[in-house]
Amino acid sequence: MPLSSSAIRANLLLLRGGGGLFVSSRLASSAVLSTRPYKLHKLESGPASEAQVTSDEARKYYRDMATVRRMETAAGNLYKEKAIRGFCHLYSGQEACCVGMEAVLDRNDPVITAYRAHGWTYTRGVPVKAVLSELTGRASGCAKGKGGSMHMYNHNFYGGNGIVGAQVPLGAGIAFAQKYREDKRVCVTLYGDGAANQGQVFEAFNMAKLWDLPCIFVCENNKYGMGTAVERAAASTAYYTRGDYIPGLWVDAMDVITVREATRFAKDWCLSGKGPILLEMETYRYHGHSMSDPGTSYRTREEVQSMRQMRDPIASFRQTLLTAELVAEEELKEIDQSVRKEVDEAVQAAKTNAVPDPKELYTNVYSQPPSGQPNYRIRGIDQFTWSAN
Amino acid sequence: YLIPLSSSHYPVNQTTMHRPSLSACQLILRSFGRSGGNIVASRRFASSMNVRDALNSAMKEEIERDPNVFLMGEEVAQYEGAYKVSKGLWKLMGDKRVIDTPITEMGFAGLAVGAAMAGLRPICEFMTFNFSMQAIDHVINSAAKTYYMSAGDVKVPIVFRGPNGAAAGVAAQHSQDFASWYSHCPGLKVVSPWNSEDARGLLKAAIRDNDPVVCLENEMMYGVSFEVSPECESKDFLIPIGKAKIEIPGNHISLISYGKFVGLCVEAAAELAKEGIQCEVLNLRTLRPLDEEAIVKSVMKTHHVVTVESCWPQCGMGAEIAARIMESQAFDYLDAPLTRMTGADVPMPYAQALEAAALPQVADIVRVVRRTLNRAAK
Repeated sequence: MPLSSSAIRANLLLLRGGGGLFVSSRLASSAVLSTRPYKLHKLESGPASEAQVTSDEARKYYRDMATVRRMETAAGNLYKEKAIRGFCHLYSGQEACCVGMEAVLDRNDPVITAYRAHGWTYTRGVPVKAVLSELTGRASGCAKGKGGSMHMYNHNFYGGNGIVGAQVPLGAGIAFAQKYREDKRVCVTLYGDGAANQGQVFEAFNMAKLWDLPCIFVCENNKYGMGTAVERAAASTAYYTRGDYIPGLWVDAMDVITVREATRFAKDWCLSGKGPILLEMETYRYHGHSMSDPGTSYRTREEVQSMRQMRDPIASFRQTLLTAELVAEEELKEIDQSVRKEVDEAVQAAKTNAVPDPKELYTNVYSQPPSGQPNYRIRGIDQFTWSAN
Repeated sequence: YLIPLSSSHYPVNQTTMHRPSLSACQLILRSFGRSGGNIVASRRFASSMNVRDALNSAMKEEIERDPNVFLMGEEVAQYEGAYKVSKGLWKLMGDKRVIDTPITEMGFAGLAVGAAMAGLRPICEFMTFNFSMQAIDHVINSAAKTYYMSAGDVKVPIVFRGPNGAAAGVAAQHSQDFASWYSHCPGLKVVSPWNSEDARGLLKAAIRDNDPVVCLENEMMYGVSFEVSPECESKDFLIPIGKAKIEIPGNHISLISYGKFVGLCVEAAAELAKEGIQCEVLNLRTLRPLDEEAIVKSVMKTHHVVTVESCWPQCGMGAEIAARIMESQAFDYLDAPLTRMTGADVPMPYAQALEAAALPQVADIVRVVRRTLNRAAK
C-alpha cells in the first residue's frame, strides 16, 4: 500500500503499559503528524502544517470512521434486502470529513447538512441503532420512523435535508440566531458540489458576509452531482473560491487530521469575529449517488477502485498510526471487532424492533393546537377517518 | 433526489411488455370480471406499451417533428433520465436537443421560460415536482401570467413535466401532489395522464400547445404496461386537453380521479362489480380546465360520487369537484353527498404502514363506495 505523502515524526514519551491490551512497549502517547497541503483563497495564511495527535484521539478518530463505514455498509445491505425503502445515500469514502470536523467542534456548535447525512447523524451523537432503526422505519428510529434516511435530527443537528441547497440558507439562519443571542458558537453548513451552483447558496453567502455571521460553509466535493461530473455542471469547479468575498480553503478531505486542522482554523476565524469562511472538502463517494444508482455509468470502475486502494481515509489513517506507533495493530483489530459487534447488534434491532404505532400518523403536525380550536383534530383519507373521534 | 434503476416498483396491472410497432397486432383482453361485457374487452389492440415508453416515444417524435422542441432537465441526457424516461434520446438527438442542466431548478426553469418567450418550445423536466417548488415563481409568474400581462404579445409554449405525488418510502419532502396548486392558476393548462395512451396523447398535445402546460406524471406508473389502440401509435395521436374519459361506464356511482389513482378506482370497481355495484370510473386526464360537462353528466346518471386523489384535503381536487357539482344541475340529482378521498392531512411519513395509511387504498375506496350507497360492509 502506498503511504500518504505525510512525513511522520514520532515523539516517544511515556511508555504504555497495563490493561493487557497490547504487548508493545514502544508506543507513543502522542505524535506530531503532518497535514496535507491546503489551498488558500483571500487568506494570508492557512491552517497548521503539523498537528499533535494523542493516541486517545487517534483511537477515537479511527473508531468513529470505522463505525460510519460499517454502518453505511450495513445500510446498503439492508436496502438490498428491502428492509430500507425509498432513498438511501451512502457516505462511504467521506468519513474523514465528518470525523475530522467533529474533532474540533463540540456539541454546542450546530451542524446542518443535506441528504447524505448518516455519517453526520452518528458523529452528532445518534447511536448506530437509532440511525439504522430510522432507516428501517421502526419506532426506535431517531425520528420515530417518520423521517427516514434524509430526515434525522439531534440536539444541534438540523438534519438531514432532502432538497438540494435548501440547507444552506437554513445554516446561515442558525448562525444568525447564534450571533443574535451572542452565543460564542459556529454553525457548520454543509452542501455538495451539485448544490454549489444553487442561487440560494450565493444568497446565503451574501447575507452571511454582509452581517458577519459565524458560519463555516463546507462544500463536500465528491466530484459528482448525482450522475453529472463537476466539469459538466459548474463553470468554475474551484468551489473554495466561489464564496468570492468570503475567504476559502481547499482541503484534502481524505485525511482526517488535515480536515481537523482546517476546521480548527475555520472555527477560530469565525469566533474572532471575522465573519464566515468557506471550506472545500475534496472527497469521494464509493457508492452511487443513492442505492438506486450503480455509480458506474458516469465513472469507471477503475476510478472507484483506485480511490479505494490509494486514498481510502480509514486505511491511510490506519497506516499513519501504525507507522507513528501511536496505536498497536492488535488494538486496531480490537476496535474493528468491537465496531462490527456494535453494528451487527444495531442491524438486528433495526430488523426486529417494533414499527410505529398507527396513531403516529397524526402526531407532530403542530406543536400545539390552534388557540381557537383546542380540540383540533386531523383529517385522514376521508371525512370518516380522523386522528381522534 | 433519486436515480432509480429502470425496474418498476409497481406490481399491479402488469401485462406483457414489449415495444410497440406498427406491424405488430396483439390482442390483449382486459377482463374486469363484470357481467354484461365491457367496453375495453371488445376493442382490438395494436400492442402493449408501458408509460415510460409512451412518454419517451412522444418526446422523440415531437423533437423530430419540430426543430424548436428540445428537452432540458437534470440527468436527462447522458444518464438517460433519472427514471429512464428519456432513455436513448440524447444518443439519437445530441447535445442541442437533449440538455443536462446543473441542479438549479430556479435557474433552468427560468432559462427555459425565457427560451419559450423567444420562440423555442422547451420541455422542461423536473426530476420530481417537489423540486418545482424551487422554480414555481417561473412557472406561475413568468410562464402562466405573461400572455395575459402582455395582452397577447408574448406566448410561452413550454411544457413542464415530471413525476408528481408519492412514490414508495420517499418521505415528506419528496411525496407532495401538486395537482391542486397548479390547477389553481389561470394561464396554465394542467394534464395528468394515468395510462400509456394518456401519456402519449396528452404529452404530444401539451408539446404542440402554444400555452404553458404542466404535465403531472407518476413515478409508480412508469413501468406499468397497458394495451394501446392502433391510433395511439400514430405520430399525430393527440388527446384533446380539457376532455375526461370514461374508463368504465356504470350506473350506480361515479368514481372521479386522475393519474395513478384512476388505477385504484379501476381495481375497486372490479371488486365492487362482484357484488353487483356498477362504478363509473371517470379519468379526468386534464385538471385545468376540468371537464365539468363530463363530471356533471356522470353524476346526473349515477346520483352518487366519490373523488380520489393524493392531494391534501383542504383546497384539493375533490373540493373543487364538489363545488362544481353544487354549482351545476347535477346537485339536484345527488342522492348522497360527495365523498372526497384524499391524502391524509399530514406530511408524508416514512414508515411503510404509516405511509399506506396516509393515502387512499383500494380497500378504502370500496368501503367508501359501500357506505355512500348504504350497503353493508362485507
